[in-house]
Amino acid sequence: MVASRAVGSLSRFTASRMLRCPGYICRSFTRSSALLTRTHINYGVKGDVAVIRINSPNSKVNTLGQEVHSEFIEVMNEVWSSNQIRSAVLISSKPGCFIAGADLNMLTACTTSQEVTQISQEAQRMFEKVEKSTKPIVAAINGSCLGGGLEVGVPAAFDMMLTGRGIRADRAKKMGLVDQLVEPLGPGIKPPEERTIEYLEEVAITFAKGLADKKISPKRDKGLVETFYLTELTSYAMSIPFVRQQIYKKVEEKVRKQTKGLYPAPLKIIDVVKTGIEQGSDAGYLSESQKFGELAMTKESKALMGLYRGQTLCKKNKFGAPQKEVKQLAILGAGLMGAGIAQVSVDKGLQTILKDATLAALGRGQQQVFRGLNDKVKKKALTSFERDTFFSNLTGQLDYQGFEKADMVIEAVFEDLSLKHKVLKEVEAVIPDHCVFASNTSALPINEIAAVSKRPEKVIGMHYFSPVDKMQLLEIITTQKTSKDTTASAVEVGLKQGKVIIVVKDGPGFYTTRCLAPMMSEVIRILQEGVGPKKLDSLTTSFGFPVGAATLVDEVGVDVAKHVAENLGNVFGERFAGGSLEVLKGMISKGFLGRKSGKGFYIYQEGVKNKNLNSDVDSILASLKMPSQPDVSSDEDIQYRLVTRFVNEAVLCLQEGVLATPTEGDIGAVFGLGFPPSLGGPFRFVDLYGAQKIVDRLRKYEAAYGKQFTPCQLLVDHASSPNKKFYQ
Amino acid sequence: MWTIFKVFIEFVNNTASVLCFCVFFCPRGMWDRSSLTGIQPAPPALEAVQAKSKQTLAKPNMRNIVVVDGVRTPFLLSGTSYKDLMPHDLARAALSGLLHRTSVPKDVVDYIIFGTVIQEVKTSNVAREAALGAGFSDRTPAHTVTMACISSNQAMTTAVGLIASGQCDVVVAGGVELMSDVPIRHSRKMRKMMLDLSKAKTLGQRLSLISQFRLNFLSPELPAVAEFSTNETMGHSADRLAAAFAISRLEQDEYALRSHSLAKKAQGEGLLSDVVPFKVPGKDTVTQDNGIRPSSLEQMAKLKPAFIKPYGTVTAANSSFLTDGASAVLILAEEKALAMGYKPKAYLRDFVYVSQDPKDQLLLGPTYATPKVLEKAGLTMNDIDAFEFHEAFSGQILANLKAMDSDWFAQNYMGRKAKVGSPPLEKFNIWGGSLSLGHPFGATGCRLVMATANRLQKEGGQYGLVAACAAGGQGHAMIVEAYPK
Repeated sequence: MVASRAVGSLSRFTASRMLRCPGYICRSFTRSSALLTRTHINYGVKGDVAVIRINSPNSKVNTLGQEVHSEFIEVMNEVWSSNQIRSAVLISSKPGCFIAGADLNMLTACTTSQEVTQISQEAQRMFEKVEKSTKPIVAAINGSCLGGGLEVGVPAAFDMMLTGRGIRADRAKKMGLVDQLVEPLGPGIKPPEERTIEYLEEVAITFAKGLADKKISPKRDKGLVETFYLTELTSYAMSIPFVRQQIYKKVEEKVRKQTKGLYPAPLKIIDVVKTGIEQGSDAGYLSESQKFGELAMTKESKALMGLYRGQTLCKKNKFGAPQKEVKQLAILGAGLMGAGIAQVSVDKGLQTILKDATLAALGRGQQQVFRGLNDKVKKKALTSFERDTFFSNLTGQLDYQGFEKADMVIEAVFEDLSLKHKVLKEVEAVIPDHCVFASNTSALPINEIAAVSKRPEKVIGMHYFSPVDKMQLLEIITTQKTSKDTTASAVEVGLKQGKVIIVVKDGPGFYTTRCLAPMMSEVIRILQEGVGPKKLDSLTTSFGFPVGAATLVDEVGVDVAKHVAENLGNVFGERFAGGSLEVLKGMISKGFLGRKSGKGFYIYQEGVKNKNLNSDVDSILASLKMPSQPDVSSDEDIQYRLVTRFVNEAVLCLQEGVLATPTEGDIGAVFGLGFPPSLGGPFRFVDLYGAQKIVDRLRKYEAAYGKQFTPCQLLVDHASSPNKKFYQ
Repeated sequence: MWTIFKVFIEFVNNTASVLCFCVFFCPRGMWDRSSLTGIQPAPPALEAVQAKSKQTLAKPNMRNIVVVDGVRTPFLLSGTSYKDLMPHDLARAALSGLLHRTSVPKDVVDYIIFGTVIQEVKTSNVAREAALGAGFSDRTPAHTVTMACISSNQAMTTAVGLIASGQCDVVVAGGVELMSDVPIRHSRKMRKMMLDLSKAKTLGQRLSLISQFRLNFLSPELPAVAEFSTNETMGHSADRLAAAFAISRLEQDEYALRSHSLAKKAQGEGLLSDVVPFKVPGKDTVTQDNGIRPSSLEQMAKLKPAFIKPYGTVTAANSSFLTDGASAVLILAEEKALAMGYKPKAYLRDFVYVSQDPKDQLLLGPTYATPKVLEKAGLTMNDIDAFEFHEAFSGQILANLKAMDSDWFAQNYMGRKAKVGSPPLEKFNIWGGSLSLGHPFGATGCRLVMATANRLQKEGGQYGLVAACAAGGQGHAMIVEAYPK
């Protein structure tokens, strides 16, 4: 009875999505039985196969909205009632996208959980109709197929429901999610994307015909005897209630551990599955729609949807196309950052020069790039040949040869103003007029670096986060003299490197470092007050930070933290005070620089998973011990002391115009600093938690510690007028 | 005397207006034995054919290079009569056949070049081993070239280069492939251990190395059947190519059937005169190709797709099969050939090599090479009397024909203003092709050139065009001009 099959297609032309021409999307069929034009879904009949095309107008992707639901049901009813039609093919007319999931706007528009539940039930009915169809339906999927989109075509697997991770087409085939793969075609009689969709449709039609004629059996073949055996065994085991209970328990435990109870959805999914198995599918469906409705109304859901929108915004270049495309990039300094920047550049086809002063340092950097690419080969994300081709885009050198052709130079030398001045002057002597000079610094003000430049309009800050190939954020810093074209160029390169970009105004610590610094200062104070690093880490991670606060200091590097704290402390004075700098200085003097030196608050050993505390730090902390204040030292207070200082500084950045929009503030904090994603970023947090409550907390801590906790004016404004929101 | 004569020829060849002059002043005897190529008033056979864009492709100050003749062993399905041979045995058979056919004195040959693809490691310079065995002078140097399916084309054009630059006068070019036996290696881990063992000095070192041995070291490494850069097999790429050009299974089967039928006919009529019998040691003498098997469309339709399963269109019946075989041609400077009293079969004229995307355009070499070589020679499609294209797959041939006939493809992918047009089928591979005759990778190029030369001689045509695709996304085309009768 279940007759839905999927024909998936490896999508490897995501980059060319924008290039497609719109001319071929609407095609009419001579034998179409229903020429009634619908907005999203149309169908034609080829022989005895109905070809149902999904194509939401004016959008790059198809999403499941109410109109789509109703049109889909209409079309399916016609398909089922027609005698001429014996099977159907479901396909998207958009290259690279089948259905990207539910329409977020539709969900956002709902004000109650009942509304969402109703939408969910409509969708369920749609999926159920497809599943119970008496006529075989083949889903021909080209490109992204997410969430509800996947449900339209295929029954989802346990693992995937929970984590929502991406699955490549070949893996989907192995998992049994799809039945056949169609490889994308190259150029032929038409542009590749266009012909690939046609071909996918042709193949899907043969499958649909074969299914209707019973020439192909819808049963999925079990490749290996073992797989078959295991499946049988699993299904037998699942029929024993006791075993089931154990499995639920185990899964729940695992989920709780992973989510720390911060994300409600995974646990509810388990509930739904449990209901479905224990009480039958009707109860399961009902429970699913209700839970979905409840979830859509949660703060977490709003926070995450906000982040999704913000991320989409920060993946656009609002400064327009630069006058000259950057093709030749040069990076100064082959350290961790320089090599990381090189890695994310060469695999995007940018010709990249990596320059360092010594052969040893250069070699280490080149090896880092190679290892980064090779790791992808091991994970089968790249072929060894692609790795070699990408690696050939990298030129390692000790001199300035070829800089005369560079379109952009990114310096990632040591954080020392005089050194940066030196390389800036050296580079400006060799680069062409149009070349942009970008500085990868986390704290040195760009205008101070640009002070020695002959062409300050070409100087900009590009603050990458470590490890560059993993961290998505790029913070671009413009001075008053930086030209718009220079900014456009920097954003363009960042986007090419796959980054999510925020553009902020120059100032000490820019945005990200400036928010982090007061929080770090608080971290040190809390440690000095006698809370151990492990305890502090667990308090911060249970609040939603992906990395514990003490571990974060180790990751950033104790010397870097001290450097920043000192610098910003000098500029901002008392507001950045709190913990004593002596703690960091003491650690540096003993060589505890964090992960990179093997010791920080923790001891890091190759191959050892559970890191141990570095007991040598205890004496440093003991000698600098501060008395703790019991009324502001509960676990919750400690969490909020950290978070409110962060949030207050972020709002101040918006108030001072360092940030242009709250969205950029949220994206920067979540993607660059690991601000809890479940809270959506500092600004979303203020909106959802309530500005008044935050101000109240700040006042309480202000009473204990003074000016460091004084709420900024903008935050006070928001607290005093409850209608004021960062997001309307 | 000879040099004066040569200058004279070149002079005349390039100046049509002096035709009357030379006819008028030439001693009669000279006309008879010389080769005043293509300047004869249109030969009778060509009278019906439309006038050519150029009367000849001879170029000023360039030596004319001719093919005197060429031979090949019968091409056999791998695993049949040649299965116990080594590649140099086959190559030697081709060389011996050429010596016999042309009676060229062995010590006159300046150089020998062979093409091959899957190398037998024991005879990595298979040209040298074959030449020595065939009794060529041990003073005749030989080297081996490789360029996938156009390896022997590369051998021939290398010969052209050597002669044109004045380094050689007489060169033997050929190709060989023995797919019945391919080098299967130990795994890298096993090889490493064995090499380390050979360097180990003490018993302890040996034992510690042996202790690292794992059973999986024994799993062998087969020669790659896939494109190294993309990891895609050629058949898979051909299937995608056919789909990109919307070529149906039926069209492919029909083309394959055509190839087999034409080959059968040519074989029956004795047109495949380049084939020389080969007495295989311990076996019967092989006299003809054994892969020619015309079938019916119904039977071909029953086959399952070989690469993209279950919905692909490339099957065993519409693909070229794994083949054993060798070929060789004798290439000379024209004046040398004439001095030695030969009556050459053809001139080797302009040639090109092209390369493109090895993933999506792996087999489109002929599409890129054909317009380029025509342009270089100053000819058009209409000037060509005989087309010989390498048939890797029906789908590949049909895709190339469609691509050459597409303005859209020419404009968007080849940077040309318009299509070159597709060759008329009545002039195209009419004595069969690689699909039916077989395709020993390294040897096919010489077969194509000899088929062209023989067809031009037989049909009285003047220009022939050879084209082929090759792994790595490369391609080749060459113009062959008939030697006037």
